[in-house]
Amino acid sequence: MSLALDKPRSPKRPAARRGNGELYSWLFMRLSGLLLVVLVLGHLFIMNILDGGVHKINFGFVAGRWASPFWQFWDLAMLWLAQIHGGNGVRTVINDYARKDSTRFWLKMLLYVSMVLIIALGTFVIFTFDPNISN
Amino acid sequence: MTATAETTAGSRGAQPPVPDGAVTVTVKIRRFNPEFDDEPRWDSFDIPALPSDRVLNLLHHIKWYVDGTLTFRRSCAHGICGSDAMRINGVNRLACKVLLKDLLQKGDKQTTITIEPIKGLPVHKDLLVDMEPFFEAFRAVKPYLVTYGNEPTRERIQSVADRERFDDTTKCILCACCTTSCPVYWTEGSYFGPAAIVNAHRFIFDSRDEGAEERLDILNDIDGVWRCRTTFNCTDACPRGIQVTKAIQEVKRALLFKRV
Ligand code: HEM
Ligand code: SF4
Ligand code: SF4
Ligand code: FES
Repeated sequence: MSLALDKPRSPKRPAARRGNGELYSWLFMRLSGLLLVVLVLGHLFIMNILDGGVHKINFGFVAGRWASPFWQFWDLAMLWLAQIHGGNGVRTVINDYARKDSTRFWLKMLLYVSMVLIIALGTFVIFTFDPNISN
Repeated sequence: MTATAETTAGSRGAQPPVPDGAVTVTVKIRRFNPEFDDEPRWDSFDIPALPSDRVLNLLHHIKWYVDGTLTFRRSCAHGICGSDAMRINGVNRLACKVLLKDLLQKGDKQTTITIEPIKGLPVHKDLLVDMEPFFEAFRAVKPYLVTYGNEPTRERIQSVADRERFDDTTKCILCACCTTSCPVYWTEGSYFGPAAIVNAHRFIFDSRDEGAEERLDILNDIDGVWRCRTTFNCTDACPRGIQVTKAIQEVKRALLFKRV
């Protein structure tokens, strides 16, 4: 029979979980944040300030921009980075605030599914956009 | 004398005479008696106090002369032992280091001081919490000198500059003000918490110690330094003035660049 007071001071914590990726997730938030400053502020500037602001935006304007691989890539990078950066940020928030393991699990599942859906849909639109769709 | 009279009386009998210059303050305490209460409750006491009193004196007054059942922890009463961390007016402080004059309302307005147990640790009774989860995280970071190989015949020499690197984190008195002010710790008790990281820092950056890698590995855990959101609550709470968040960032940097 084991004594209840056996090793009273042994740590209750599981051994360190190595290579859990939290370091890279932390680093990614900073690096993607830096890129997002350029991408998002540039995007806001072009869309809302340059050439008469939002009033110029219509189907033709979008079609014109996406005719260039540069803007296609810009929007693609912004979509992926914002989704993964924002998704990873919300994952942190869920980890910090969910009280029950089951709540945490389901909120994260919802988050991951929404991320995959939006990234897939956005990427699909950028690459298959047809400027002649109205013809 | 009957036993019932003692439940509301203080442990040292009648109140002493009110000193000159005393003001009446309301002390509102969040109390919990596991034998009677299902839920914590608020209890208020109007007591005379001097502006030069510390919050600990007010608690003593209540316990000694008004209600002997009030339970809290204190030992040195001089900011050294770290026993009397509590939430005073919403911020974590040592009751023996907060002066009443810094809490007094201006003019003739009545002063109310709210006192709660520190958050995130199980409450035993009134202001007394179970510190075991806190010390468990502390022990997990190996807060002692780790060396390998032969012991030197004389003392382990260290330069002034090398000593300076971890000087700040040697000041910790393990009061738990920081850890129990951390919003991440409130909801997730599995986070190591700032105090454990401070005490790991104390040895990681000690040139005489050889256990830095083990400790960094431990703090790279899912519940390690990466959970810190850099909100500075801990730095604000530390009664020793330790730059807690800075110490955590230094540990993050050591992990990031794999260099101490
Ligand atoms: C404009 C440039 C941006 C920069 C420089 C930036 C930077 C950062 C950094 C450094 C963090 C980590 C904070 C921490 O770990 O404590 C963070 C968190 C976060 N970011 Fe961004 N970000 C930017 C844009 C965005 C965008 C566009 C979104 C939304 C899609 C977003 C959503 C989030 C969320 C939800 C968090 C988590 C918040 C938290 O941890 O409390 N950020 N951001
Ligand atoms: S800086 Fe980090 S450890 Fe300190 S209170 Fe904020 S989240 Fe907690
Ligand atoms: S770092 Fe400061 S607040 Fe935290 S336990 Fe040590 S002395 Fe107390
Ligand atoms: S009683 Fe020792 S620190 Fe306050």
